[in-house]
Amino acid sequence: MAIFIDILSWASIIIGGVFCIIGMIGLMRLPDLFTRLHGSSVTDTLGAGFLIFGMALQSGLSLTTAKLIIIFGLILLTSPVATHALAQAALHAGIKPKLTVDKTGGHIAGED
Amino acid sequence: MFSVGLIAVLVSLVLAMVRAIMGPSMFDRVLAANSTATLAVLSLSLLGFVTGRPDFLDIAILYTLLNLVGTIAVLKYFHPGES
Repeated sequence: MAIFIDILSWASIIIGGVFCIIGMIGLMRLPDLFTRLHGSSVTDTLGAGFLIFGMALQSGLSLTTAKLIIIFGLILLTSPVATHALAQAALHAGIKPKLTVDKTGGHIAGED
Repeated sequence: MFSVGLIAVLVSLVLAMVRAIMGPSMFDRVLAANSTATLAVLSLSLLGFVTGRPDFLDIAILYTLLNLVGTIAVLKYFHPGES
């Protein structure tokens, strides 16, 4: 049973690390601010989720797991708020999304 | 096992730092700072497990809250006067 939990924890931590690196590569290489938000959200949800799941499997049922769940809940609550505020502030500042086909008709939500 | 995850998180921290340094607009830098703070929370948790002292998780909880407050404060600075 312990070896099973160890294998699951190893796999989850490795997958979490890979998702962190994938999200940050997206943050580096994507062409636009609004697509870089997507790369950042990969790290915030899947990377943090798998890493914290692996750590929680290692610590078992204890106060440490409760703290890890609190950290993951706080990340899940605060990260979308921060990225939505960032996207809205960028739209108000006049940064246009890079589109191949403009379906907005020249009108972008958030601008009056 | 945790040191592997810690190395991966540190590599992604380097990538986020590259975007924060060469970001064309200020919003890219704010986004990179936000991602850096999330990765710092993860690396604090992993460092606590590597050194066998999970007390570092309290610092990680505090840093998550500071991350939200810092990002929202910087963004309020960018469009003053609107709610």
